[in-house]
Formats: sequence, structure tokens, C-alpha cells
Amino acid sequence: MISRRALWVFAVVAMAGLVPAMLAAQGGGGYASVTDARLLNPEPHNWLMYRGNYEGWGYSPLDRITKGNVKRLVPVWSFSTGVTEGHQSPPIVNNGVMFVTTPQQQVIALNAQTGDVLWRWKKELPEDLLQLHPTNRGVGLYEDKVYVGTVDGKLVALDAKTGKLVWEKVVGDYKLGYYMTLAPLIVKGKVIVGLSGGELGIRGFIAALDARTGQELWRTYTIPAPGEPGADTWSGEAWKTGGGSVWITGHYDAQLNLTYWGTGNAAPWPGDMHPGDNLYTSSVLALDADTGKIRGYHQYHWNDSWDWDEVSTPLLIDARRGGRTIKALVHPARNGYLWLLERRADGIGFVDAKPFVKQEVFTAIDPKTGRPSYDPEKKPQTGRSATFCPGLWGGKDWPPAAFNPKTGLLYIPANDNLCSTLEGLKQAYEPGKLYLGVDRPKVTMSLRQGADHIGELQAWNMNTGQRAWTHTFKYMNWGPVLTTGGGLLFAGGTNDRKFRAFDADTGAMLWEFKTNSGVTGVPSSYAIDGVQYVAVQSGWGVDAQRMQARLDTFMGTKTDVPQGGVVWVFALRD
Amino acid sequence: MNDDRRTVLKAALGLGLGLALGDPARAQDPEPRRARPRPGDRLVFASGPRKGKSIRPRDLSPNGEPLTAWPMDPRTKIVRDDSRLNEILLLRLEPADLSDETRARSAEGIVAYSAVCTHTGCDVWEWHAATKTVKCPCHFSVFDPKDGARVLDGPAPRRLPALPLEVADGVLTAAGEFVGRPGFQPAG
Repeated sequence: MISRRALWVFAVVAMAGLVPAMLAAQGGGGYASVTDARLLNPEPHNWLMYRGNYEGWGYSPLDRITKGNVKRLVPVWSFSTGVTEGHQSPPIVNNGVMFVTTPQQQVIALNAQTGDVLWRWKKELPEDLLQLHPTNRGVGLYEDKVYVGTVDGKLVALDAKTGKLVWEKVVGDYKLGYYMTLAPLIVKGKVIVGLSGGELGIRGFIAALDARTGQELWRTYTIPAPGEPGADTWSGEAWKTGGGSVWITGHYDAQLNLTYWGTGNAAPWPGDMHPGDNLYTSSVLALDADTGKIRGYHQYHWNDSWDWDEVSTPLLIDARRGGRTIKALVHPARNGYLWLLERRADGIGFVDAKPFVKQEVFTAIDPKTGRPSYDPEKKPQTGRSATFCPGLWGGKDWPPAAFNPKTGLLYIPANDNLCSTLEGLKQAYEPGKLYLGVDRPKVTMSLRQGADHIGELQAWNMNTGQRAWTHTFKYMNWGPVLTTGGGLLFAGGTNDRKFRAFDADTGAMLWEFKTNSGVTGVPSSYAIDGVQYVAVQSGWGVDAQRMQARLDTFMGTKTDVPQGGVVWVFALRD
Repeated sequence: MNDDRRTVLKAALGLGLGLALGDPARAQDPEPRRARPRPGDRLVFASGPRKGKSIRPRDLSPNGEPLTAWPMDPRTKIVRDDSRLNEILLLRLEPADLSDETRARSAEGIVAYSAVCTHTGCDVWEWHAATKTVKCPCHFSVFDPKDGARVLDGPAPRRLPALPLEVADGVLTAAGEFVGRPGFQPAG
């Protein structure tokens, strides 16, 4: 773990190095090239990738905004994207230039200080495109280019200075159900992406393309073909349409040269339609960054039957256990368990798992392997309904958790007390069509009896394995978490349109602001001329909207969360 | 395209107005498998054991599960299945339950709409018999097929375009074109 002093020294050095680059940026034409060295050690004043660093912390060392002054936080500029649906991408900032993406595939470059538009790129989408998840989770930056994966399965490179198209490559065929919503991971000149489409019966994969040319360098399927290791965990032809989608950015351990990726559930939903453990679905995969070869994996749960994607990539942190420091992978899972794994050159080891929400499906966890046992009554099958908790969206869906090296705490945006009922119904696979294998009108959601809340923001000490605090919300929480050197957390996620700041040590809410829409965007923080900014997109949609519709159905309510994306940028009032 | 429209389009081209008065998608895309349904097209099963076979009124039961269909050129027998935007949702309802406009487009109580949701383009449907409505399972938009598939709930911005029907030679047949543009329309 990085010490406070080391971080402080690093911050000072980085800030000193920043001044000439900033002057150049503001002088026009001086876009700061994004190098491997910068991605390995991002300057505190920048936010160069999806979660701010390769370890996936969602942490900004900036500390001008503190517990003491956060009440003076006010919006300094905003920008309306003109687009509805889920605005989830973080404002990614490189020396005063901000890049945001929107649903329907826009990339917008803004002056991060003034909010002025530098350029806007729009993609014409195919008229026959199906968008189950109309969203995008951000750009990747490398050298003088900006990379974005598209909802019609392409990877696009744009000139960072002008927004002009440099190259565009098809990675997955949208007519077969492949699409992309994740921010690309950039490692040593490669743009690495995963493909969505598990609910359409794809066979998931991760691919690396050359950042300069767009040439595909490697492709690794998350489901082995016959003859490959792990193929014996599938029966018949199920592997061909077995899901295992990848739709959240991977993390990178430079020492091990391994990238880590979370994988989606096996398709279709009921496990009896794809007998076997179904490697490598609902797993974390360790892939060699140079070759894409699988170096290790851990499957969180076998033969998924609950739509529990485990696409969120584990955070790379150091944790103390049994008198030693573990180079850990920490994953608050959709299956409701908090997993502590060990990353090694030769694989991934299981250390510990415990529930962070009420979980009624697992009956035991093997202490050596981490393999769960199931209550068969809680496992939906073809023609047999089952109710299970947590429900379809799990204990934590895609909104990323955060880690603050100063507090040593892991922060989890969770939902508790929601359950789902499913019944499997066989259906024929048709390319590009919804392939869930359930009796859809019978899919219902319910609230656990006596429950007084759903949404939670939890803090966990990964050195002790104990929960430090929980802040609850009456309704659901779909808020990605940012944590800062000022001892704060920032998150939205609730249906009341609010964006909030919390005390990272205690969970006390310190500040809130009502935005235009619900905030399911990933927040980021950056600094220009010594001023710290906190930025986030507000724009409700996708799964938060779907869960709201389910809640309204069983509660008999009608909740209007307005749509429309706005970039909000906050700073301290003088 | 009917003869009147063809005449108008020819006249427009002759006057140098180009495609402005025509349907650009059709004029630029002569590929028959992608062309939108035309009057006289027969409707055939889009999936299942009878895929590609003509659909007769008795294949749909009143207030029963909907079917999906493709249009087929009756002359060439080409099925227009190369664009999802040609997929047609068929439901059989009680004629007395239909609005006047919808009844006028129906045949023996059968109504036809674009099967592609106007929200984000999903094309599978849940039939809710109690309310006689269809719901898109992707984002839960609900439409009223008894009344022009107007939006009753959910994020869809507009109704599903209807396709007028008739029964010709005992099979369901398009009696016109989609009354609106099928599919979603991205913002921006």
C-alpha cells in the first residue's frame, strides 16, 4: 500500500511537472501526449482512464476539497449533451481537456475549465440496431488519440485535437448481438476491449487492437471451444451461445504484465439449459497483456442461473491477512459476496468470501477453492420457478466500487432486500435476438418482508475483513463511487436526482446537490491552476430505469425520473 | 408503391426534384430483401416450425399470443428478411375492442404493427392478456394494439407504426405500407 507521505511527495512532484504542460495546452495546439509512463503513474491533476488508475481504485489524490469545506461546493459549469438514456461515462481529463461519451455514440471534447466545446463526434448508427443497453462508459486515451467502443460493435480511433476519425474497425458483428459499452483499456500500445451481448446469446471475447493501426493483435474467448482447457465444463453446443460477455474495463498489474477482466453470466439464464460449470463465465480472467493468453482465473459461481454477471473487474489492492500482505483482487460481486483473491504470476488464488448483502442462494463456500454450494430451491430451472435474493441485479451491479489508500477502506455501492422470481422457458436461439430462456411475463421482483431500505453505500476494511460503516437509501443505489485525498466520497445513484459527498471515514453525508436527472455516471476529479474540480454526468436510464420500473410495478407507484444528459462540474465557491 | 405515387415520383424526377418527394430508403435500396413491406406482400411466419409459410387468419387465436411475420413478395417469393425493420407483429383481437382507425386497418380482427420497438429497437414482445397490451421486455414500454399501438407506459417516444392488412387468397396480406417509419430514432 502506498503511504500517505509517498502520495504527498508524488503529488508535489507531479504538480511541479504539470505547469509547462498546462501552459502549452492553454496556448492552443499543445495536446499532451498520453504515454505508457503517464498511464502507469497518472498525475493527480488528471483523470486519464475509466477509474483513474490501472488498479481500478476510483481514487483522486487531490485534497483541496475537504470534509471541512465541501459544503461550499457549487457548480461552475454544466453542459447539456442533448441525448437521453444512461449517461455513465466518467469525464476523462488530460491537462485541461475533458472527454465524455454519451449514449447513441457521441464523443464530446470540452475545455475542462470553462466548459467550452472543443469538438463533438457523432456516429451514424445502423437503422436496424437493437440497443438493450443504450449507454457508453467512456474513452481510452493513448498518445494523440481517443478510443471509443461503439454500440454497433466497432472500435473507433479519433484525433484527440480535432475529433476527426483516424480509423474504425469492426470487432463484433452487431447482427449477431455483439456490442460495446465499456471504456477501452490501454496497455503498451494496445487498445483492449470486451464485447457485450450475453442476453443475445453471443460467445464473449476480449480483443486487443494496435493503437496506431487498429489491426487486431489477439482475441481470447471467455468460453473455450471443444479441445481447449475448460471445454469439459460445457455440454453439447451450448458453448457457442454461452454468453460470458465483457462490458466493464479491465485492470492491469504492470509487474505481472497481466490484465484482469470480469466476465458475464452463462446464457441463457437458467442453468439447466447449459449444464456444467461453464468456464469462464461469472469469473475473473487474468490475461497476458502481450498475447492475451489466459494465465489464471477464478470462477465466482458455477452454472449461473440468476443473471449474475460478474463483469466488474476486481480492484487491485494490498490487503493484510494472516500476518502477510496479499497482492489482492477484491470483488464485491453481483452474487452478493465480497471476494478476496490473490493475484500471482501463475494464477489466481482464493483467500476469502463473505456476503455483503443478504444472500440466500449459497449454502457454503469451500474454504480451499472458494466454490459455492447452492440451495437447489433457489435455482430457477426450465418449468420450475424459483425466488432468490439478491435478485437479478444482484448485490452490486456494474457501478464501480472505490478504494481510498488513505482510509484503507473499500467503498461498495450496493442494493439489498430485493429478490427476483424466474421460471425457465425453452426458446430457440435466433442470431441477434433476445435469448434469455425465461418465461418473461412471469419475471417479477419483490421486496424482502420488513425491509426498510434498498440502497446502500458500504465501507469495508480489507485488512480485517470487517464492515466499517453503511449509509442507507430508501430506494435503490446505482451510483458509481469516487473517493479523494480530501477524505471524501462522491456518488449519486438515487432516483431523487441527487449527487452527494460523504465523509470517507464515517459515511456521514456532508453535501448534496439536486441535478437535472438521476446520476449513474462515474464521477472523476481533476485540477487546473490549483483548483480542484469534481465532475460527473447526470442522465438516468438503462438498468437503473429498468429497476425503477420493476419497483413501481410491485409497489404500485409511478416514479418519474427525468431523462437527458448533463455534464456537471463542481468546485469550491471562493 | 401504387401507380399514383409512381407517377408523382416520376414527375418529381423529371422536374429535377430528385428524391425529395419519394422515399429515399426505397429509391436508394433496390435490394428486395431489405425493402419495406409493400401492398400485396404476403405475410409469412418469421420463426418456428412453419417459418417461411404463409399465415392464415386461423393461425392466430383471438386474444392469444402474438406472432411475428416477414413480408414476402408474392411474385418473386422473396422474403424481405434482411432488415429487422421489416419484422411484423401480428395480434388477433376482438373487432369491437378496436378503435375506428385500427379496425379500418385490420382484417378479421387481426392487426399488424412494426415488431421493432420505437425506443431502442428491441423486437421481442410480451402479450398481457388481461389488459390486451403488448410490452417490450427490454425497457418495459407498453403499447395498446387496440388503438394504433399508442404508448401507454415506458420510455418509447412514439407508437409502433401500423401495417394495414387484408386477406387475399386466404392469407394475410399487406394492404398498404407502414403508416410511419419503423425503428428507433437516435437523438442528436
